[in-house]
Amino acid sequence: MTRLKADHRHSVRVTLNGKLVQAEAEPRTLLSDFLRHQIGATGTHVGCEHGVCGACTIVVDGTLTRSCLTLAAQVDGCEIRTVEGLAPSADRLGVLQQAFRRNHALQCGFCTAGILMSLDHYLSRNRSPTEAEIRDLLSGHLCRCTGYTPIIQAALEAAAQLASSKKETSDA
Amino acid sequence: MKPPAFDYLRAETVGDVLEGLAQEGGNARVLAGGQSLMAMLNMRLAKPKLLIDIMRLEELRKIEQKGDAVVIGAGVRQADLLAWPDLAEALPLVALALPWVGHMQTRSRGTICGSLAHADPSAEMPLTLVALGGEVFLRSAKRRRRVLAKDFFAGMMLTARGDDELIEGISLPVVKGTRFAFREVARRHGDFAIVACAAMKTSAGVRLAVGGVADVPTMRDWPRLEGSALDDALNAFAYELGARDDVHATARYRRDLVRMIGRDLICEVLQ
Ligand SMILES: Cc1cc2nc3c(=O)[nH]c(=O)nc-3n(C[C@H](O)[C@H](O)[C@H](O)COP(=O)(O)OP(=O)(O)OC[C@H]3O[C@@H](n4cnc5c(N)ncnc54)[C@H](O)[C@@H]3O)c2cc1C
Ligand code: FES
Ligand code: FES
Repeated sequence: MTRLKADHRHSVRVTLNGKLVQAEAEPRTLLSDFLRHQIGATGTHVGCEHGVCGACTIVVDGTLTRSCLTLAAQVDGCEIRTVEGLAPSADRLGVLQQAFRRNHALQCGFCTAGILMSLDHYLSRNRSPTEAEIRDLLSGHLCRCTGYTPIIQAALEAAAQLASSKKETSDA
Repeated sequence: MKPPAFDYLRAETVGDVLEGLAQEGGNARVLAGGQSLMAMLNMRLAKPKLLIDIMRLEELRKIEQKGDAVVIGAGVRQADLLAWPDLAEALPLVALALPWVGHMQTRSRGTICGSLAHADPSAEMPLTLVALGGEVFLRSAKRRRRVLAKDFFAGMMLTARGDDELIEGISLPVVKGTRFAFREVARRHGDFAIVACAAMKTSAGVRLAVGGVADVPTMRDWPRLEGSALDDALNAFAYELGARDDVHATARYRRDLVRMIGRDLICEVLQ
């Protein structure tokens, strides 16, 4: 049993996009703030802190997770994937990211990190999703710019491309 | 906003949880999926001194069919139950209702028992527990007890659970050879229900359970009713639920939904 005191900072270690990172957090520190402020990984965005908007969605131990509804202390020792881990290398975009770019599936980009994480997670488990499934998945995200249609288009295009070749290519 | 300060306890045994609850009582909160509690902390609607994280307890993560009931532990997430291969066969009503609970991104973390402990009047799992006549297993350092669904929900976000009690799990009866139906109306799929209804055919007739209207999910058993007798029963029930106006819908609209959806579902299960 581990009891972390409210007024102390405690060490939290996670594997973030394949790299071991460590920083300090109070028990009340949200995972979203831990990533952004302690680690400096600002790709994960924070909108509502109520679990509603989906901007902060990341993957913890293979599970889609609202990082604003999760404590840093809860994920000690866990494996975390964020939007920073999606591109195959610094100068190349992944298949899903390219599809977003081609389809104008983002404007301001505030919601995009969360939506990419949900879609990446879903497409890696469901090779041939229907439009209805993509819409259901996107019900967990708010986008105030795009009207969702280009996001759905990008997701379906990426799914088709991933199904035809498992190898990632780049036009970036 | 950000949560107030609290101690965080990562429980390794059920004993750790019970000890923490016994010591801190109402100042302690069990942290399960966090999909309701963390939002309440962020809004500072709750200010506990201690959070007890139960999600690393393997022993609570079990779904077991025991005779004519399915026992679901406190660590079972909504997505785990949806992915349980026997769900449609053993608990068809849960299979119908569970996809309406939040979104894929919240069901992946939120637990079944957490939803029951939270006891939102619009929530689907409390409605399902009441409709099926399930039981809640409560445990404190001192004792264990079982509470029937109809006695568990005490009011809006209030339950029969004592401050020192953990919901260890629930049991839902496997009802074979009957028909179930579920439907809800919400602003968007995944939002909390304005009205949610579950119906099942019973040996004596039909059962209808309604969420989102009264402070607690409420059910009625009727003999096989048809025509205007059914309309009258539904109308009386709709008024008995004491609907109120709020930002989402008027009381009158809620009564309309109870009458309309109720009738549709009853016809569906009795046909
Ligand atoms: C965007 C969004 C949409 C949602 N939409 C819906 C919806 O449409 N329908 C719906 O029903 N729910 C909805 N929810 C809520 C969701 O279902 C939660 O998962 C659920 O209400 C709480 O479960 P949890 O495991 O996350 O519990 P937590 O948030 O961890 O806990 C909730 C409360 O229950 C207590 N508790 C939890 N487990 C136990 C236990 N084993 N013993 C004693 N006390 C316990 C906690 O102390 C706390 O007071 C939504 C949530 C979000 C963020
Ligand atoms: S910031 Fe987490 S869901 Fe909006
Ligand atoms: S691109 Fe601006 S909110 Fe979605």
